[in-house]
This record gives sequence, C-alpha cells and structure tokens, in this order.
Amino acid sequence: MASIKEIQEEIIDEFSMFDDWMQRYEYMIDLGKSLPLIDPSYKTEEYIIKGCQSKVWVHAAMEDGKIRFTADSDAIITKGIIAILIRAFSGQNPQDIIEADTDFIDEIGLKEHLSPTRANGLVSMIKQIKLYAVAYQTQLNE
Amino acid sequence: MNQTAATTVLDIEKIRNDFPILKRKVNGQPLVYFDNAATSQTPQVVIDAIVDYYANYNANIHRGVHALSQEATDAYEQARKKIQTHLNAKEAYEIIFTAGTTHAINLVANGFRSFLKQGDEVLVSALEHHSNIVPWQMLCEVTGARLRVIPMTPKGTLDMDAFAKAVTDKLKLVFVNHVSNALGTVNPIKEIIDQAHSVGAAVLIDGAQACPHIKPDVQELDADFYVLSAHKICGPTGVGILYGKQEWLNKLPPYQGGGEMIDQVSFEKTTYAGLPHKFEAGTPNICGGIATGVGLDYMNTIGFDAIAAYENDLLEYATQKLKAIPGLIIYGTAPEKTAVISFNVGEIHPYDIGTILDKLGIAVRTGHHCTQPIMDYFKIPGTVRASFAFYNTKEEIDVFVAALQRAVMMLS
Repeated sequence: MASIKEIQEEIIDEFSMFDDWMQRYEYMIDLGKSLPLIDPSYKTEEYIIKGCQSKVWVHAAMEDGKIRFTADSDAIITKGIIAILIRAFSGQNPQDIIEADTDFIDEIGLKEHLSPTRANGLVSMIKQIKLYAVAYQTQLNE
Repeated sequence: MNQTAATTVLDIEKIRNDFPILKRKVNGQPLVYFDNAATSQTPQVVIDAIVDYYANYNANIHRGVHALSQEATDAYEQARKKIQTHLNAKEAYEIIFTAGTTHAINLVANGFRSFLKQGDEVLVSALEHHSNIVPWQMLCEVTGARLRVIPMTPKGTLDMDAFAKAVTDKLKLVFVNHVSNALGTVNPIKEIIDQAHSVGAAVLIDGAQACPHIKPDVQELDADFYVLSAHKICGPTGVGILYGKQEWLNKLPPYQGGGEMIDQVSFEKTTYAGLPHKFEAGTPNICGGIATGVGLDYMNTIGFDAIAAYENDLLEYATQKLKAIPGLIIYGTAPEKTAVISFNVGEIHPYDIGTILDKLGIAVRTGHHCTQPIMDYFKIPGTVRASFAFYNTKEEIDVFVAALQRAVMMLS
C-alpha cells in the first residue's frame, strides 16, 4: 500500500490536469457521487459531526493494524472532499495518520472548504480522524 | 405607490456608485451581492463619516468640557434624534444605543427577570431568529415562567388563531419579529400588540429584518420595545438600537454597571442616571452611533416607500424567474413579504449551491439562518436565501438565475 504522502502526491497530480475550478468541482462531485462511503447503520447521531452548513458522519474500524475509515455527508461537494480524505487516510497505520498533514487540500485548490469558519463539518472530520488514530495507537501501545 | 413609477424614481446607477464594494470582483467575476438580509453594504457617505470622526473630532462624550468632546457629544446625540424621528418615538431618551439587536434583546430579557414569576407565560413566535429565542428561554429558566410558541402555517405565516388562544391573563410578554429573516414574512405586529395589550402583556418587536425595508412608527404601533441593527440599514456593525417606551425603560433595572450610567456613587449606595444613560454604561461606540445616523439619512433621502416598492419589484421578478426552474421550491409564500427568497432545488444541498454560486461571484446565504425551528418544520437541513436591497438590479437577478441553473446542472 502506498504511503499517505504518496497518495497525496497522486491526488495532486490528478487535480493538476484540470484547467479551471469548474473541472475540479465536477471531478469532486463525481467522486462524491460514486462512492458508497459509509454503512447506513453508522449514519446515526453517534457518528455525526454537526456543521451549521452540512453534516458529516465518520466511522473507524481497526483491521490488521490499519484503520479503515468510512464517512458520508449530506452535501455532495463535502462528500467529494471526504472521498479524497478517505483515500489518503484509510488503510494506514495510526502513527502515520497522526503525523500526516492535510496541506495537499490546499494544493488542489480546495483550501476554502477546510476553513474553520466554513462550518461544513470537514475540519471536525479531520480532527476526528486524528483522534481515532490516537485512540488506536494508544491501544497498540498497551 | 405605483410600483413602476417607483422604479423610475430610483436612480440606480447613481445609487450603485455610492457603494464602492459593488465595484469589486469575487473569484474573477463581478460581485452580485444578494446577502442583504445578513448585512447591508455601506455607502461612501457612511464610510466618510467614520473617517471624518476619527480624523477630526474623536473624543469621549458627555464628560469633557473641551471642544472635541462637545462636538462628538453633539454629533452622537444628533444621531439619537435622527433615530427618534425615523421611528417616531416620543422622546429622544427612549432611544438606547446598544452593541446590536441581540444585545438589545438581552438587555430587555435581563430586565424582565425581576418582573416574572412562576405561572407567568411568555410567548415567542415560531419564526424567530435564535437570538430572539435563546434569551427568553434563559429568562424562563431563571424565573420559572413558561415559554410558549405561536405556531407557523405552511405558508410561513403565524397562526393567528393559535395566538389569540394563547392570550390569557397569564401572558406577560410577547416577542415576535416584524419580518422573518429566513422567509421574509411580514408579521401582523399591530394586531399582535393590540391583543397582547388587552391582557396587559408587554411586546418586544425584533425589527432587525424589517428595518431595511419598512419605516416603523412605534407610537402608532404602540410597541413597548422595538429593536434593530445599524448594519442592516447601511450603517456600521456593532451598533444596535433599542426603542423602549419611557414607562418601561424607567421600570427596567440597568443591564450593566459602569461609568456614564450612574448619578451618584458611594460604597454604600449608587443611584442611577436617567434615560438613556442608565442603559449606556461605559464609553459607547461613538463613531458607530454617528455613522448610523448618516446611514439612516442616506436611506431616508432615497425614501423607504420608494425603496420598498423597488425591492418588491425585484422580488416579483426574481420569484417568477426562479419558479421556472424545475424542482425549485420556495419556502415562505406569505402574501406580504420583504425582498427575501428562501429556496431549495430538488434534493440538492443548499451548501453545494452556495459553493458554486460563490465561485461565480454571487453572494447568497446558505444554511439554517439561525432558525432551526423553521427548518425542522419544513424538514429540510437549510435553504439557499437570496435577499435583495435597493442597490440590486434585475440584470443581477438574471446573472444569478443563470448561475443557479449552471449549479443545478453540475450538481444534479
């Protein structure tokens, strides 16, 4: 499996093919539409991250030392960014996730969606991904 | 007033030139600003007034004997008089400067703590902004009074039969907005005030959304309290206005202690200053108050009747255009509403539409508009809200509708 950094580079490469924001957004909307992200049984209050603008659900499970993330949102653009984040972080070691950064979102021109003031649940989602990683890493250390 | 006549009365080109921000580009596109219900834009005369204050007569007011302090005090009190005239309040001291509408509401809610007891009822409308719900919930928690709600009809109007039934001897206070921020519904506040007064209940009208479109006459309405925000009427942010009837303002205890609000202070006892200073502790937003008066003058020069007629024309034009988009649902279809259109298209999330519109230079509001009870009623996560002002045009509406169609195509 490729490292988080390698996957992020791949994503940056993919997005560099697009000339304008329209194409980038259309691609993201497609990503959002094509991915069945989360088991419906996890789309509950327990897994919800409330943003004023859109909602995000995140679930994590540990398989063979790697964390598998699934997530969803009620807004398609948010869902597209979730698909990108999941691609980068799911199936990785907890420690790698803890140490990873999310600057690649900036590089593919979607920085505005990760602004803490945007209230779309994405900032909290990344925090949640990191918290899961910290929790699983603690388990591994025990 | 004849609407087409009013349209020709407004010199839109001149008006648009008064607002420097309307010339800017957003994401490479000319700005189309349709988020006027959140805040109005600022004309050059108001910007100039702010600069003039700090450049020429910045001083603390009501206490200095020096010239600058006198000039600043005069200008500030002049602004209070302008607001008094605008609202047709009986006395200038019935106008209290606050930090905003929310602050004004909290000032009144806090004051009523000493007047309410267990068994009393307070009534709030289902159309309220969170800022006109939460302070009253807090008030009821402290006093043991019961908070009741005037329900809403599917058109987004208040259920006045239900309201009439709630008007009993237990009723002590009613809070209702003049205009709903999420839907634009104009509420029958005169009827509400009269009925509430028939059982001796006091009424606070939240005029934050009405003030850009309607010039209220607080004496004719017989409102006990009427609150509004300067930044919705071409003024600066951080300034609110509380109108209160003299009798009520005298009865209410002060909200904050500090300088300016006192008469005499000793460690044994402090006596409070008279109105309006009793409620204006500390150094106020002097520049903001003065600029508020200038913004109000600007709007009154254009005229609120002409503004309302012109905006209504925009509202009708936009409503017709939007209705032609398949799957578009407008929330809030009251017969009388201000220039606000809240809508969704099919299953598309408002956040997605707002994001694409922003890329195309169009500023709208998306989300629940701090009115979660209304969104729950319609069982939706939020809406896209386009709200128009007198400096907007039909051409901008055309740009907006075309952009919306493009967004819908991308997102469907």
